[in-house]
Amino acid sequence: MKLLTVNFLTCSNKRCSGTSEAFPLKIEDAKLAIQEIELKPEFLRNILPRVDWNALLISTRQLGNHSLPEEKPELTEESDEVLLKSLHNVLLETEITEGKMTCGSCGHVYPIYEGIPNMLLSETEI
Amino acid sequence: MSRPEHIAPPEIFYNDEEAGKYNTNTRIQSIQAEMTERAIELLDPEGPSLLLDIGSGSGISSSIAESFGHVAVGMDISPSMLSVALESQDVEGDMLLADMGNGVPFRAGTFDGVISISAIQWLLNADKTCNVPQRRLNRFFETLYSSMKRGGRAVMQYYPESDRSQQMILDTAKKCGFAGGIVVDHPESKRQKKFYLILQAGGMRAL
Ligand SMILES: [Zn+2]
Repeated sequence: MKLLTVNFLTCSNKRCSGTSEAFPLKIEDAKLAIQEIELKPEFLRNILPRVDWNALLISTRQLGNHSLPEEKPELTEESDEVLLKSLHNVLLETEITEGKMTCGSCGHVYPIYEGIPNMLLSETEI
Repeated sequence: MSRPEHIAPPEIFYNDEEAGKYNTNTRIQSIQAEMTERAIELLDPEGPSLLLDIGSGSGISSSIAESFGHVAVGMDISPSMLSVALESQDVEGDMLLADMGNGVPFRAGTFDGVISISAIQWLLNADKTCNVPQRRLNRFFETLYSSMKRGGRAVMQYYPESDRSQQMILDTAKKCGFAGGIVVDHPESKRQKKFYLILQAGGMRAL
């Protein structure tokens, strides 16, 4: 699972929607892999305004990466390739292959196997 | 032909054997591919978009969306289908094991657009005692609406069982804030007839 997806994913539990403790889900015991993907500058320019930068900083730090700047960079038509590539690498190429994500509000643990998070709830949580 | 949603819930029906058919049956594959291309045509996204693929199954629809330059996030309730997708398709986007009837677990305004191929008819199944179709429909459309960018569009090909179920789906979507309607392709042919529910999440874009 990509960090891009983590940046938009929320707890499945209805009671957690909109609560600040529920987002981002806390990543633990993560195994990472790099999946090489073609650079998509137009897509990055489209998506970056929607990325919650603070949540991305939290997630990358949970993975031991402290390299991102405190402020969200601005992407323009002239943005240099180095910036595009570093965002592309963090958001789209970094994959969590195994691990778990925990909701800070209800405490539900979402396991990740083979890159796929299990977002199902138990019947009592629905 | 009996409808699969009458045989068992999707996570049971799409076991390894049924899911494998999606990988080996070229007729199923070509129909799925054709419907996906039509859905993307109806979606008409502006540039490379972040798309949600509901009931992404074996990954055919997500990989086609990616071939058009989009990034897809798939969700499916069948682990067997997701394994098929992992093994056979070169899907670059993410997939989630999730139940659409329990909502779309993404924060507000995440997706530029949504596609779904042959999935949402499953919402009307009351296959467990905790499954109340109307409640699942409400939860699905409510969270779907929220997860989309204003002005975003969802195109969902599905197999309506009856006029009543079709009305129930459309009414619920509208109650949750969507505008939209149904496009029927090949209405004259019983075999090729295809239904596409097209929903607009706010905004002024004409259908
Ligand atoms: Zn929660």
